[in-house]
Amino acid sequence: MTMRISRRQAIVAGSATLAMPAVARAEPASIKLGLIHPVTGPLAFSGSQCRLGGQMAIAEVNAAGGIKGMGGAKIEALLGDAQLKPELAASLVDQFAEAGAAGFTGCFSSSLGLAATQAAAKYDLPFSIDSGVADSLTARGLANTFRLFPPATECVDGAVMELEGVNKAAGSPVKSAILVHENSEFGTNTATALKEKLPGIGIKVLEVMPHATPTRDFSNIVLRIKEQKPDLVIISNYINEYVLLIRTLVQQRVPLVAMFSVLGGGFSLKFAKEQPEIAENVMDFNHWYNPRKPESAIFRKRVEDAGNTFSWEVLFGYYAVRLLTDTFAKAGTADKTKVLPALAASTFFPDMLPYAPTKFVNGQNQGAHASGLQIQKGEIRVIWPDQFADAKPVFHQPKP
Amino acid sequence: MPSADIIAAALLNGLLTGGVYALVALGLTLIYGVLHIVNFAHGSLLMLAMFGAWLLVDRVGLDPYAALPFMTGIAFLAGWALYAGVIGRISGGDDRRILLATLGVAVVLDNLALVIFTGDSRTIDTPYAFAVVEAGPLLISVPKLISFVVALALAAAMWAFMTRTDLGRAIRAVAREPDGARLVGISPPRIFALSYGIGIGCLGAAACLLLPTFYVSPQVGNVFVLIAFTIVVLGGMGSFPGAVVGGLIIGVTESLGGLFLGESLGPIGIPLIFIAVLLLRPSGLFPTAR
Repeated sequence: MTMRISRRQAIVAGSATLAMPAVARAEPASIKLGLIHPVTGPLAFSGSQCRLGGQMAIAEVNAAGGIKGMGGAKIEALLGDAQLKPELAASLVDQFAEAGAAGFTGCFSSSLGLAATQAAAKYDLPFSIDSGVADSLTARGLANTFRLFPPATECVDGAVMELEGVNKAAGSPVKSAILVHENSEFGTNTATALKEKLPGIGIKVLEVMPHATPTRDFSNIVLRIKEQKPDLVIISNYINEYVLLIRTLVQQRVPLVAMFSVLGGGFSLKFAKEQPEIAENVMDFNHWYNPRKPESAIFRKRVEDAGNTFSWEVLFGYYAVRLLTDTFAKAGTADKTKVLPALAASTFFPDMLPYAPTKFVNGQNQGAHASGLQIQKGEIRVIWPDQFADAKPVFHQPKP
Repeated sequence: MPSADIIAAALLNGLLTGGVYALVALGLTLIYGVLHIVNFAHGSLLMLAMFGAWLLVDRVGLDPYAALPFMTGIAFLAGWALYAGVIGRISGGDDRRILLATLGVAVVLDNLALVIFTGDSRTIDTPYAFAVVEAGPLLISVPKLISFVVALALAAAMWAFMTRTDLGRAIRAVAREPDGARLVGISPPRIFALSYGIGIGCLGAAACLLLPTFYVSPQVGNVFVLIAFTIVVLGGMGSFPGAVVGGLIIGVTESLGGLFLGESLGPIGIPLIFIAVLLLRPSGLFPTAR
């Protein structure tokens, strides 16, 4: 049996055959990245912020022509909601690994991160932690886990150094403190470390007061604080309790030299704008950008112009993805056997953060530091260390 | 041992907080008393009412207390429409289906709030946010005092409505004996929708009373709903005086528990009361005749 093919059909078929390899060359297979965060549940806001940053980084890489060195391969996000369930975070890792993920970022919370990084280790897939300060995240010897950002002990050490410097500069008005913390791993570990280190800088810890999350009312805690007359209250808790506690401290007219927090969950631009009277001069030791880099303001404006709230989580979500895409580009592959050693040797530099050049030791970046921050006139200012500061510390609490 | 001043302050604070808890529980107990179902959507509807109140304050510029009548009315209409249009229709009169319908409504509302408002928490700033009444060594928060007084006044008004008006008597008739009520010309489906509306209206009022001192987020309903269930069980399911007395007892228990046991262990008092009531007096402090 013969089949007649017209000249027009032959031309169309020939063109298509010639065009196919060209199309294939122009569109290399996309690289899948699993972004695992709590985007529903109590940590939904922070998790969503991390996800937003990750998505911004992916959009930026794709818009710039994909991964250089891999024929412009595009990045495809696999989005997972871990709620606040470590087992769900681990299951999402399994699911995404099955779907061909080349790496992961996540998970805002340390407890989610611990489960997810361990699950990813089974597949030897790289995991770039975008938030979660528990030291154990990178101290378990998992070769697949990398944290560009500082761990809890580094933050506590930094906070104590800042407090010592600011207190001395003000004539050492702070001689006693009460620590208030949420009673899970983050708050408890932070308060324990502070309790151990504060006497070394001449600050006596009068009491350590844990509380549950959520706590509806801080009146009792504040009454007990008021009775003991500390110079300073140091807070380590999450967003809602942070604001409720400070509001109650102000309402009950507790006379303090300062309100200070370490990784204060509610210390944000939103707090500064929604509660300007009580937020003024509140100090925190936390993650923030380097205000001396013009790129930082541009990035923040990009986030805000898109109708989003800017917070450090966006920046961390962004850089966690950029660390992976930068490594893919330098290694010229997303193959995990080449990516993991490339990550360990990475010199990726997150230029908007107040960090020294990146150097990973057991997956932990040694050059990462948090900053001393203070709300001044409705804006978050960096007050410590000096080389990144854009304002001087004000060491007194105004009366509303 | 805390000083006498601190114990007095904690006691007072517990009472003030308990007043608002009572108002949240009042809606729940009314819905249980009439429909004989536990409204699983109560926390989600409180959350939605708080967002509604927040919008009236933040976007329209109303004071939260001035927003109270509007929000109560809006919440009443929303509750009535929700029952008449969704829950009642899905249930077909079957209590088990009503229960599942309220659970479904809760899931939908929680996720809808996340989409619309994101997971972010919001607070408002009012000129009186930090105002206090000085009573000797005690500093009594003005917004909490207002909330307490308004909550108790609303509870009293509800009680008067239920006992002194024909509509209130009709609601009680349906609660006690729906078939008998139908025989005298009362429409139980209409009363069910009305009662659900009134129950949710209470949440509208509670939302405006909570807003000056609390935050609003898509998860905020969960913060209050367990408390409200405990109050309803403690007071007697379906009992108005039980909801008020139960609210005050729970408020004081929470406050004194926090003071003496610390804020980590303090909340244990509430589940302990819940278990004790179920074991020792399952019908609650003010049992209702069924």
